[in-house]
Amino acid sequence: MDIIVCVKHVPETADADLKIDPSGKSIETAGLVFDINEWDDYALEEAVRIKEKEGGKVTAITIGPQDSESTLRKCLARGADSAIRLTDPRFEGSDAYAIAKILHSVIKTLHYDLIFTGMQAADDGNAVVGPVLAEMLGVPHVTLVKKIELSPGFAKVNRELEAGLEEQIEVNLPSLFSIQTGINEPRYVSIMGIRKAMQKEIKVMSLVDTGLTENDVGLAGSWLNTESVYMPQFEKQAVLLKGTDDEIAMKIVEILKSRGLI
Amino acid sequence: MGEIFVLAEHRQGQIRDITYEILTKARELAETTNSELTAIILGKDVKEQAKNLSEYTKTVLLVQDEKMEGFNSEAYQKILSKLITERKPSLIMMGHTSYGIELAPRLAAALNIPLATDCIGLSFQDDALTVTRQLYGGKVNVKATVCKALTHMVTIRQATFAVQKPSPPANGEIVEIPSPLQEEITGKRFIQYFLPKTGGVDITSAEKLVSVGRGIKDAANISMVEDLAKTLDAILSCSRPIVDKGWLPSDRQVGSSGKTVKPKLYMAIGISGAFQHVLGMKNSDLIMAINKDPNAPIFGFADYGVVQDLFKILPAIKNKIIEEKKQKL
Repeated sequence: MDIIVCVKHVPETADADLKIDPSGKSIETAGLVFDINEWDDYALEEAVRIKEKEGGKVTAITIGPQDSESTLRKCLARGADSAIRLTDPRFEGSDAYAIAKILHSVIKTLHYDLIFTGMQAADDGNAVVGPVLAEMLGVPHVTLVKKIELSPGFAKVNRELEAGLEEQIEVNLPSLFSIQTGINEPRYVSIMGIRKAMQKEIKVMSLVDTGLTENDVGLAGSWLNTESVYMPQFEKQAVLLKGTDDEIAMKIVEILKSRGLI
Repeated sequence: MGEIFVLAEHRQGQIRDITYEILTKARELAETTNSELTAIILGKDVKEQAKNLSEYTKTVLLVQDEKMEGFNSEAYQKILSKLITERKPSLIMMGHTSYGIELAPRLAAALNIPLATDCIGLSFQDDALTVTRQLYGGKVNVKATVCKALTHMVTIRQATFAVQKPSPPANGEIVEIPSPLQEEITGKRFIQYFLPKTGGVDITSAEKLVSVGRGIKDAANISMVEDLAKTLDAILSCSRPIVDKGWLPSDRQVGSSGKTVKPKLYMAIGISGAFQHVLGMKNSDLIMAINKDPNAPIFGFADYGVVQDLFKILPAIKNKIIEEKKQKL
């Protein structure tokens, strides 16, 4: 079972106080910690678990500059066998559609039984790359995958709908799954694993290796063009309780008391 | 401009709310751009549902087929491709839901139609489509232009546009189109639904919920929040990442993929407030949020907020409540 996993190197922003970059078109990334996209982390883990059971090879692919190699190293340390990084200044400004084209140009030359992507990326939240890539490759796809049971030639997968409801789908292989969080519990990487991964080679490719032209990628090859990025304005804004910890705690207790909640 | 298509979403005989939300927005767009509005419903035995849609649009296109029991994006793509190629709409709208996520990107790629997903706003200016979306779990908004094309496609975030039933109803014409599906759908097949697990704690009936999110950092720290919940006689609930990590069971999860709750008190601790979570708790009577990021979206939905490290403030709150309870005795 050869599995290709598409991963993205993204900033961790859950706890961060984000600022808009002076360009007005992105956030300031200085000081943010980058890591593998959370959904991709689950996808990689699922691929490695299947490989451990069924045999085969896991290949991790990313598109990004030099520093995104740390995400590929993490994949290798977790159990991926090989890694490819696509990079080119002309990829700058690529949206999900252009990214899918770049991934397609490489994946179509590889052998695979399964392709995994994260259901979405934590930064742009498009949820687009997986199904578009599947269309380009001409293989079936299933999104929001929460469970995979493999049989020869096909798989039974559970898709997450809403409010805890799932549907089971039978799908022919090879196919592409976009993986939802919670499908497994990603493993911690051992020091040994990290050391071994440092010795593995990461194949680097650029636009000329993809067979695509300048017009297929970047802004020219994209559906969406970012005009501006800004902090959202909310209709409502919470009354902020300030003071020392004790003073804040006192204010909270007063509010709860006044509402009969204590 | 030409025609606006709205794809209806339905399951087990029920049209889903997102469809009416989109239709409401689409009516406004159709008016400002002088376009025709057309609803599309695909399925098996869905004539009755088509009547509901006709209250909103001038035309309802209905395609019925035995092979469309349950949603199958492969079947939908075949039928929609035909309708789009024939009628060349200027805009196609559907929900950013488990349907739209499965269907829209692939359909867009197959027909080379520019797509913007999970939109919370959209407008046309001189035939150019501009959309508003969110980045980084709702912490940042982005305005983007969609590249010019004959047809555009968007998926719309749930609960973004409030439903307004047209008065008087549009009394649209229902046009049934013979199904173009020739052979069986072979790539993927629906097998069955799995209902949510029953049993466990019913957080929907709790008067007070203390809810924990990603900010708690480690499973071992959850006991801290649980202690506060106990002190308040509240039930412990959580956001999705806590369940994904296996730190609490799924019956505790609040949000679109978990439970929708409406307690008298909802205290959100270390929850940034991604819209999927907010959908499940925004109608609570009193919402208090504790988060160290002053720009966390949760503060746009809470009545009271505390911008502070939860590990510092939680013990102080717990102690004050204990003091207060002692005084009462």
